[in-house]
Amino acid sequence: MNRRLLAFILIIAVSIGVVAGFSKWVVNDVKLGLDLKGGFEILYEAQPIEAGGKVTKESLIETAKSLESRANATGVTEPEVTTEGTNRIRVKIAGVTDENKVRDVLKKPAELTFRSARGCAADKGYCKIELHGSDFKQNGADVRQTNLNEYEITIKMKSASKFAEITREIAKLSASGTNQLAIYLDEKMLSAPNVSGEIPSTDASITGSFTREEAYDLKNTINLGALPLKLTEKYSQSVGATLGKLSLQETVDAGIIGTVLILIFMMVFYRLPGVIASFSIAVYIWLLLLGFNLIHATLTLPGIAAFILGIGIAVDANIIMAERIREELRSGKSIMSSQKAGSKSSFRTIIDAHVTTAIAALVLFFIGVGSVKGFAVILLLSIIISILTNVFFSRLLLSLIVRSGLVKKKSYLGVKESEVRAL
Amino acid sequence: MRYSGFGNISEGKFSFVKKARYFFIFSIIITALGILTLGIFGLNYGVDFKAGSSVDISLKKDLSSKKADIEQFLKDNDFGSPGLTVGASRVTLRFDDVLSDQKERALKQGFTEKFDKNASMEVNTVDVEIAKELQTNALKAVLVASIGIVIYVSIRFEWRFAVAAIVALLHDAFIVISLFSIFRLEVNLPFIVAVLTIIGYSINDTIVIFDRIRENLRFAKLKTHEDIEKVVNESIWQTLTRSVNTVMTVIVAALCLLIFGSVSIKLFSLAILFGLISGAYSSIFIASPLWLLLKSKQKPKTNVKSSAAS
Repeated sequence: MNRRLLAFILIIAVSIGVVAGFSKWVVNDVKLGLDLKGGFEILYEAQPIEAGGKVTKESLIETAKSLESRANATGVTEPEVTTEGTNRIRVKIAGVTDENKVRDVLKKPAELTFRSARGCAADKGYCKIELHGSDFKQNGADVRQTNLNEYEITIKMKSASKFAEITREIAKLSASGTNQLAIYLDEKMLSAPNVSGEIPSTDASITGSFTREEAYDLKNTINLGALPLKLTEKYSQSVGATLGKLSLQETVDAGIIGTVLILIFMMVFYRLPGVIASFSIAVYIWLLLLGFNLIHATLTLPGIAAFILGIGIAVDANIIMAERIREELRSGKSIMSSQKAGSKSSFRTIIDAHVTTAIAALVLFFIGVGSVKGFAVILLLSIIISILTNVFFSRLLLSLIVRSGLVKKKSYLGVKESEVRAL
Repeated sequence: MRYSGFGNISEGKFSFVKKARYFFIFSIIITALGILTLGIFGLNYGVDFKAGSSVDISLKKDLSSKKADIEQFLKDNDFGSPGLTVGASRVTLRFDDVLSDQKERALKQGFTEKFDKNASMEVNTVDVEIAKELQTNALKAVLVASIGIVIYVSIRFEWRFAVAAIVALLHDAFIVISLFSIFRLEVNLPFIVAVLTIIGYSINDTIVIFDRIRENLRFAKLKTHEDIEKVVNESIWQTLTRSVNTVMTVIVAALCLLIFGSVSIKLFSLAILFGLISGAYSSIFIASPLWLLLKSKQKPKTNVKSSAAS
């Protein structure tokens, strides 16, 4: 056995081992979109609740963050919340059991309240709502660094007398140790600063051992609370779990049947290069799935379309090379030099074809939104992996086996002796 | 010489370029028909582009005999009379107005209670504004992608190849859109993705043939228009097995999706199938002859030169 044959066998064996060994893991790790798993997607448009208010970039991001934490609080896994443009938020949640509940929770505007334990039973905590988001001046919260290098949040109130009265009353509770004015976003307590005395001013400050980040987070939340955004559904898609799973099953089955038919055709028509192509395509599919997982892409129906187009491009790359080699063989060259010339001359064609498709994919990525963007990502990924496997890997395997001297007949490469022109 | 056998191969074989006129006429007729139907009937927009709500219900029970009951149920519960199709395992509802989430909820609940406990639903609701945006966004994407491809192909090849490739690409996209208009098939977001897929594939296919023309041009001695014509025809013949085999394999994949795939991607697969066939056709019969046509317009210049030289 010569060295090239050994290398060939080794590469095949290692590839089969890796692909077979890790395929269950790779397949199970693929994140499915809501059209394949059930779930819903909503595109919200944000508007300020109070007239004259503005949707700022900051308030939009804060709203998105609070949507995410609300979704998390309902126990769904991995909600995807992203902002789009200047006033939109897209929420994607897959695999929901109680869709209605989640949708209700999401739609409520975030509510900021300051609460105290005035008149509350001992085990009730901060039950009395003292101040609402609307009692603060818009964008009135700020962060300041004190002399002691601590971070302090300053807030501006609309009414000084109201704040004075509240703080006076809460300060009286210091005897029982419940003299705090707790800050809540929805039902989540963010901070509970102590009130030591009456504050007869529109300016209040919250001190504590905040880190810089915590202080800014709290500031943003308070500013958002003072300017809550109203969310309107502009687009929604909801897919029942059973329907999603059915779509997935049927589509995957169809994909497998199609792929198997293609591979059989390749092997019958192109013989040895076809067998090698089938092998590369299997590796290609595996790598593509691995790529999905690594970039945390979500597989959706359009994604599956890109996947199938990708297989088309992958098969094409192999066909172009095999056809070139056949041409060279027919012109009377030896197997070895045909393989060499064929793979060399097909290289540029394949790269040009791949690059033009990649350009289309790049444009879609930068311009498209939602599922079009997802399609573009998968198409780009499949082009890159296709060049790796169907150009370099296929070529390497074929050149190894040809140079090992094992391929003696031109019919192994799909060419009949009668077709070969005499030189 | 690698392609020394040039003249011999094409002898007695079909000439793609000589008959190009007929294919041009055929494509122009189809395109004109498409423009006509689009002008008269427009497209059958789904909710993605028209605003409104669509509800697809997948059933475990056969409700095909209960169409009247479903209509009654909708009327009784204030859902108006949406477009309704009832199949053996699937019910589809199309509302022209946006279904509020309370209504959506009521519909889901009511339907499951009354007709099929195991019904699973897909609901899509799109606001008018977003629907318009999606349309312009898709159009913009196609245009910008076309420009990008023109620039790349112009650099790697020459501008005539780029123009021919883009014409072929737009031709394919338009054929699919026309066919959907003619057969009144629903146009939704997956349809756009299908058209984009076709564009990606069509360009791939055309480039392979162009690449061969470019390569053969380097080895060929070109004196007359017939010489270039011969090169183009040869190039198409040389890449024909590849073209046919590639398109066959992809068509097989698309057919499998159409036949065995889920209902929600049936129309998508059909669009892909139309596009693949059109893509292969245009790459062979339209793009290359068109390049030749553009190239021959350039001819007078070189003719003057060569006649001056002799």
